[in-house]
Amino acid sequence: MRVVAAMSGGVDSAVAASRMLDAGHEVVGVHLALSRSAATLRESARGCCTLEDAGDARRVADRLGIPFYVWDLAARFERDVVDDFVAEYAAGRTPNPCLRCNEKIKFAGLLDKALALGFDAVATGHYAQVVEGPAGRELHRAVDPAKDQSYVLGVLDADQLARSFFPLGDSLKSQVREEAAARGFAVAKKPDSHDICFIPDGDTRGFLARRLGERPGDLVDAVSGEVVGAHAGTHGFTVGQRRGLGVDRSRLDGEPRYVVEVDAPRNRVVIGTADLLGVDLVEGAHLRWCGPAPTGEVAVGAQVRAHGAEVPATARVDGDAVQVRLAERVRGVAPGQSVVLYDGTRVVGSATITGTGRAG
Amino acid sequence: MTHYLDHAATTPMLPAAVEAFVESSGRVGNASSLHTAGRAARKTVEESRERIAAALGCRPSEVVFTSGGTEADNLAVKGTWGARRDADPGRTRIVAGGIEHHAVLDPVEFLVERRGAAVSWLEPDRCGHIGVDDLRAVLDAHADEAAVVSVMWANNEVGTVQPVAELAAVAHEYGVPFHTDAIQAVPHLPVRFDASGADLMAVTAHKVGGPVGVGALVARRDAALVPQLHGGGQERQVRSGTLDVAGIHAFAVALDETVAVRDVEAKRVLDLRDRLVEGALGLDLGITVSGCWTAGDGAERLPGNAHLLVPGCEGDSLLYLLDAAGVECSTGSACQAGVPQPSHVLLAMGYSETEARGALRLTLGHTSTDADVDAALAALPGVVERARRAGGFG
Repeated sequence: MRVVAAMSGGVDSAVAASRMLDAGHEVVGVHLALSRSAATLRESARGCCTLEDAGDARRVADRLGIPFYVWDLAARFERDVVDDFVAEYAAGRTPNPCLRCNEKIKFAGLLDKALALGFDAVATGHYAQVVEGPAGRELHRAVDPAKDQSYVLGVLDADQLARSFFPLGDSLKSQVREEAAARGFAVAKKPDSHDICFIPDGDTRGFLARRLGERPGDLVDAVSGEVVGAHAGTHGFTVGQRRGLGVDRSRLDGEPRYVVEVDAPRNRVVIGTADLLGVDLVEGAHLRWCGPAPTGEVAVGAQVRAHGAEVPATARVDGDAVQVRLAERVRGVAPGQSVVLYDGTRVVGSATITGTGRAG
Repeated sequence: MTHYLDHAATTPMLPAAVEAFVESSGRVGNASSLHTAGRAARKTVEESRERIAAALGCRPSEVVFTSGGTEADNLAVKGTWGARRDADPGRTRIVAGGIEHHAVLDPVEFLVERRGAAVSWLEPDRCGHIGVDDLRAVLDAHADEAAVVSVMWANNEVGTVQPVAELAAVAHEYGVPFHTDAIQAVPHLPVRFDASGADLMAVTAHKVGGPVGVGALVARRDAALVPQLHGGGQERQVRSGTLDVAGIHAFAVALDETVAVRDVEAKRVLDLRDRLVEGALGLDLGITVSGCWTAGDGAERLPGNAHLLVPGCEGDSLLYLLDAAGVECSTGSACQAGVPQPSHVLLAMGYSETEARGALRLTLGHTSTDADVDAALAALPGVVERARRAGGFG
């Protein structure tokens, strides 16, 4: 097959490209330019598309002897990922930009362009497995539980999955690093990226403040309804957050307080004690199925954030919404995040969380 | 089999230039040393300087060797501006073409942003030509402020040739030094420094079959220049750095050989270029030529330049697909981190950003053959069709 290997300049995508080549595919390396900001280009050590990352990717491609190009998807990334990220926070939700990037950029903008140019598929360095199942290709968790990225791939539909390769899904990260070193890649010891790529300094609140400005409002106690402090904008807060609340402690008992609700329409941040954080009902919309859509009520495993644990649950699909009933209460479930549903290791699909509650 | 159609980026070294380079590289000797080896190196440099001067129509003493075209342009613009301002603090205005190469544009912008210079840009007409009357109008309005005028001899993207002698004459009417970047012009046009009237002229070796990394600023003896590299003062106390004997030797050999056959070669390349352009226009793909196209024109547009606009396509898609088909060319515009940016030249000529994104520059040179033209024309229909399908996914 003719395959585009998305090469970020990191160790994972380097090994992924190598493995596609070893498997006998015709591979072309493509680095995505996702930012036109000169500051991001120069300052970040691990950003969306620093010059250093593009250079690292190019050197791996040189070593593999494959063609290498940089494709400019910056305008689309700005619109579909960054603007969406800001708008979601402005609406009081907590988005996952990596998931949105997979849905809109890597397996849409990049994949569509690759297909149009005559390629058959895209390969990335994500840790997840694609398995041929009875009803077509299935997406499964990676072998390495610490690196599993099936959560952020839960937005892929069957068509996207049919055109995607994840050559690292059967490996441990340590093996991938060893392989990179054995192949002589300079990026073998390059640190993993953790932060949101378009916020290289990690200061999400500062980034949002620059985009959205200050929108001062009240900090309200969940039980009494009293105003117990002030905030500079609801976009600085996420459900489950404890730090940086700016609570007037003299008005509270000694118990730690958490954000239990971000109420953007009323410009309020509601805080409460830990016992108020647990929820076992999750509602979701924007459904994406990685295969056939489930019907009726199905037993699933549910994961409500990128590195969270999977919880047994039942899911009921109702039109374009889904209700997920968790077998136990989970803390800090934030609207805007995704709930990804699993059947064993298989990803069933995902939904964007629109609301949470308690069954009993 | 690949077909190299990117001679404006760099052209293959001529065998005689490779031979000269290797020969001189194998000999020890700093041209500034006083012993026998040093004198031998100096002899090579000075003989080369004489050959280059003869080929460019200037005096040997007017040739200031540099590390290439970018350094020559920087020295011309920043060096002249600095000297003029030092002599008269009121002279801070630069008058420059709006379609200059970045080696001129960026020094101008640097001087404006960081050194308090003022600038008047001369915008091109829709064909990509800078108007003599426009220059006169600007100098009329800023007679006491103008420090330097810079207009390139021929444009590196669309290949338009500027009326350098007329522009230089107007600049001189107002007593303002005139610089021209002749880097793209030397391979195929009858460039003569003395006849041009220019005070300064940038040239480079690797566009004429010499090595990358050596060039020259031709500067009249009375051209006042503030040095940009300080050190040993090897070149007229204006440019420092140990002279690149092998590079300079190979430059002279390449330039000599290029100029000896230039008229004949220009005609040969022009015929190939015309066949390429007329062939592309005849493919019924909606392809147009940037600016104003006249078949057989090697005077207003460089003989080796075919600059096509392919509607509905992204330059990077065209580039990839042609590369995959063995045809090596360029979008013509500057890249940032490997991403082609919409060309400032096309934007200045009045094209929209969308139009500018579909630009494709094919440039021919001394190794170009009918087979190269055939390959490009054979590849284009499939390439354009695919690139168009990918067009909406940027």
